[in-house]
Amino acid sequence: MAKVTNVLLVGVGGQGTILATRVLAGVLVEEGYDVKMSEVHGMSQRGGSVLTFVRYGDKVYSPLVERGTADLILAFEKLEAVRYLPYLKPEGTLVVNDLAILPAPVLLGKAEYPYNALDILKEKVKDLVVMDAAKLAEEKTGNVRTQNIVLLGALARRMDIPPGTWEKVVSENVPPKTVEANLKAFWAGWEGA
Amino acid sequence: MKKLLSGDEAIARGAYEYGCAFAAAYPGTPSTEILENIIPYKEIYAEWSSNEKVALEVALGASLAGARALVAMKHVGLNVAADPLFTAAYTGVNGGLILVTADEPSLHSSQNEQDNRNVAPFAKIPMLEPSDSQEAKDLVGEAFRISEEFDTPVLLRITTRIAHAKGLVECRERREVPVKEYKKDAAKYCMVPANAMRRRVFVEERTRRLAEFGETFPYNRIEWGDRSVGIITSGISYQYAKEVFGEGASYLKLTLTWPLPQKLIREFAAGVEKLYVIEELDPFLETQIKAMGIPVVGKEIVPTMYELSPEILRQKFFGAEPAPNPVADLNLPPRPPVLCAGCPHRPVFYILKKLRVPVMGDIGCYGLGLQPPLEAVDTTICMGASVGMAHGFQKVGAWNGLDRRTVGVIGDSTFFHGGMPGVADMVFNKGAGVVVVLDNRTTAMTGHQPHPGSGITAKGEPTVEIKIEDVVRALGVKDVQIVDSYDLKAVEAAVRHALDYDGPSVVICRRACALLKGLPDLGKAVVNQEKCTRCHACLRTGCPALVSHQDGSVAIDQNACNGCFVCGQVCPVGAIEKVGGGERG
Repeated sequence: MAKVTNVLLVGVGGQGTILATRVLAGVLVEEGYDVKMSEVHGMSQRGGSVLTFVRYGDKVYSPLVERGTADLILAFEKLEAVRYLPYLKPEGTLVVNDLAILPAPVLLGKAEYPYNALDILKEKVKDLVVMDAAKLAEEKTGNVRTQNIVLLGALARRMDIPPGTWEKVVSENVPPKTVEANLKAFWAGWEGA
Repeated sequence: MKKLLSGDEAIARGAYEYGCAFAAAYPGTPSTEILENIIPYKEIYAEWSSNEKVALEVALGASLAGARALVAMKHVGLNVAADPLFTAAYTGVNGGLILVTADEPSLHSSQNEQDNRNVAPFAKIPMLEPSDSQEAKDLVGEAFRISEEFDTPVLLRITTRIAHAKGLVECRERREVPVKEYKKDAAKYCMVPANAMRRRVFVEERTRRLAEFGETFPYNRIEWGDRSVGIITSGISYQYAKEVFGEGASYLKLTLTWPLPQKLIREFAAGVEKLYVIEELDPFLETQIKAMGIPVVGKEIVPTMYELSPEILRQKFFGAEPAPNPVADLNLPPRPPVLCAGCPHRPVFYILKKLRVPVMGDIGCYGLGLQPPLEAVDTTICMGASVGMAHGFQKVGAWNGLDRRTVGVIGDSTFFHGGMPGVADMVFNKGAGVVVVLDNRTTAMTGHQPHPGSGITAKGEPTVEIKIEDVVRALGVKDVQIVDSYDLKAVEAAVRHALDYDGPSVVICRRACALLKGLPDLGKAVVNQEKCTRCHACLRTGCPALVSHQDGSVAIDQNACNGCFVCGQVCPVGAIEKVGGGERG
């Protein structure tokens, strides 16, 4: 079977992983790949754990990624990076945002947040990219809300797709007034990765 | 041109391209985005109906009036719509009529897991199952054609992984289909016993003709490969089978899955050495194929519960070991969905918990009120059940001299969907239950669709805003109170009064969903660290904007806070202060 590349985007409901997913999918369509994408909606919007699969190649059947087969994982939050680590293949790449969002059981004192998440990831992931996306977004674009695109820039660096395609699709998918800031954010992520 | 569309979006696109003129739905995961994506097409009339039964009835009316009509609902919605469906199967249609059922294996956002493929033989209507977004769009066209040619409603059955997975879809222009002439025909449309008995015969004959049609229907197809293994499959299971078996098997991909093409199945079975059925949930195909006398292996291997996946097939068919879990020894905290910061349901549940009263819950965001720390909800069954159950629960007390005072909690959209008959029943039968309507001015859980109390239609036009207080008074409820959900004291006083009132009582807790756009700025709550005693009373509201630090101190995430100030009302030392914001709107 022709090669299919598996990508995961993981985070917390409300973090706005949807824009990043839309841009990634748009880039892959633009490059002429067969693409399938699957996400669970509904309850995930109420602060729950969010998991999105993107698969692309010459021909894709299943929209689901199997554990141990992800080539790339983009994690918008540290705990979620650890949670979905079983999906990463041994030689896979993990891009993680250095951000902790405490889940309800932790806030209530019923569970412990793994504050050593980055250490766990460093030990277990061969190709790990740690990004402080909020800081980069603030420094390079002056707009902290561009951090999704910063993270996407970091992911893009590890994918074999011309940067021009990314620039085009980012520009098409963000509000016109924010195109410049988002392109800066993309390059900040690319260079930071 | 090709677009990346979800199955829901593809069905909406199909409705547009194939001349659908009328669409109706009640929102419910994973079906909601079908109508949401139809609404922008100005060529199609679209409405959010008050419930699925009404949605099917208006669509049937539109069909008889001559228009191509589509109605969409989640799997449990079809239970509500079953009554008109089972007789629409007899009347047949005029303009084509499609009923989309979006089933939810693994019940991600549902109260049960049901396989609505079983409805097709039960209601005696044909069923189509797409395997991806492209087919989801194409089959809208096929379904309209079949509906009109065979004079039947058509069930278009999808699952979450079709509805919400995206794939490439070739999009075309709309082909207008003129509204057909309507001819009065009581023998066909008035299902009184004498007429229905004759239509009953027609239905059997129609099923026989549909089975014949399925033999050459191009979407039922054999893909010959390695003939040592033959797989009969449909829907998303086809993709999983192809992913796992690839060229190492032959496939019979079924798309018209009721009635089944028996000759095609026999031809396929005869052409392979070992025959399997790979299907999600019930042994729907398998049972029928076995009844044909064909030896086949299915549910001995393939699970009957939850979503299927390529991983499961690899494990079950090839004994593949699950991938190693490098974080298995870590006790990671779960991240369940929670009521949002500023959610107007939170203060009401806080009070109901404090009053220790049994709470009959209902379907909506407020189902989240069962989770810690609120833990206020006793039951969750179906749309509208809270009211009837509260009545039944309270009656047992009244009949046996026990205290069975109870509260039924229902949202505003759910009230219009299924709550009103329960209130009529409670009044009629001299009940004394309490109905708390959590009126957040929208259908929040599914993404803010308008409902009969919203004053706006699906198409964004202003309309009559039906007031819940007017409805319950008209239904004979004398004790009706309206309070601001954010006002803890007012909510508590109203519920206490209602519980003690000798008769049916309604408390409308009104405050817009905090996620709605255009709400007044309420400012932010801030912890005054000098006053805070770290007693954590505020954390017992379960608001996700409250952050407790490892040293025991508490802060409020200013980005998350929506200024409801419920935490400030529960703080015993006045350590939470309000900053900014206008008067409470």
